[in-house]
Amino acid sequence: MSSRELTGPPLALAPFARVMGAVCETIDAHADELTELDRVIGDADHGLNMKRGFAAIEARMDALSAMPLSAAITESGKTLVMTVGGASGPLFGTLLMRFGTELGSGPLAQATAGVSPAPLPTRSQLARALQVALDAVKARGKAVRGQKTMIDVLEPVAQLLASSEPVTPAQISACASAAAQATVPMKAERGRASFLGERSVGHLDPGARSTELIIKAIVEVIEGE
Amino acid sequence: MSENVGIVIVSHSSDVARGTADMVRQMVGPEVPLAWCGGNTEGGLGTSVAAVMQAIRDVWSKRGVAVLVDLGGAETNSEMAIEMLPAEMHGSVVVCNAPIVEGAVMAATEASGGSSLDAVRRAAEELYPR
Repeated sequence: MSSRELTGPPLALAPFARVMGAVCETIDAHADELTELDRVIGDADHGLNMKRGFAAIEARMDALSAMPLSAAITESGKTLVMTVGGASGPLFGTLLMRFGTELGSGPLAQATAGVSPAPLPTRSQLARALQVALDAVKARGKAVRGQKTMIDVLEPVAQLLASSEPVTPAQISACASAAAQATVPMKAERGRASFLGERSVGHLDPGARSTELIIKAIVEVIEGE
Repeated sequence: MSENVGIVIVSHSSDVARGTADMVRQMVGPEVPLAWCGGNTEGGLGTSVAAVMQAIRDVWSKRGVAVLVDLGGAETNSEMAIEMLPAEMHGSVVVCNAPIVEGAVMAATEASGGSSLDAVRRAAEELYPR
């Protein structure tokens, strides 16, 4: 395997508004489902909290769309932190904040800072940014893979994106879906579900499900471009 | 009055936070800087990072602040709040791993004697023996 960093052509990534708009829409559409999943193994507020947070992002869409992509993503993360009101706020907020900051830093981003229109992120940049963001989420939530959390979807997707194999958007979606389903037999070791212990087994983790939905919404927009 | 370590109470419920603060106030009087917050930005159950930040600011001194929380989201949002405060405050604000009511009372009692932040935190955390 070559030691050269993967570059490849930039993914055909739609402008921020199209991608984030799709994410906001899917969260809103699935809010009741997420609340129901959280009723079974949590405190029944995940759907409500996520809906509140992404609605707040939606309300700022014009201002966010005017920012450089990395700043728009970072600011969206901050919006989640300040509005969600549950543990998901800092967790999904940190995910977006670190992802955005990482996309906006690094030698390639610096070199193209003044270029307009700004070049779209490459797969390699997205993979690295996702890994950094994932590490930050793990630190924030004090969790690792296998504990029945959003990390159980983020980590397989991050690994797929970072691999040296070609990957299609459909494969990323499938990976996210399979990973979310894989949380069903897990026993929760973090968050409110961990209070239930064995009783959390056999139920889909709400954070894993919302992460799956977000990834699929992003992929659908990219596929449609 | 010399400064004591401040106490912040963060609950998903503003009723719980207010009630806990009332209990603490009754136990230790006005000697300990005390603030509380509870509920999300819409007034429902949850926690607000902005409210936690303000509560910490309200009681902060160089002696530091001990934060008492209830369930998971209160802890993560409080940690987030601390990180979003000015850097010079970071090392002197801690989130205690303790039950919220008993921990707040123990922490405030310790703080009222002029104890350090570390001693205040230990007093709260001894309620969860390892």
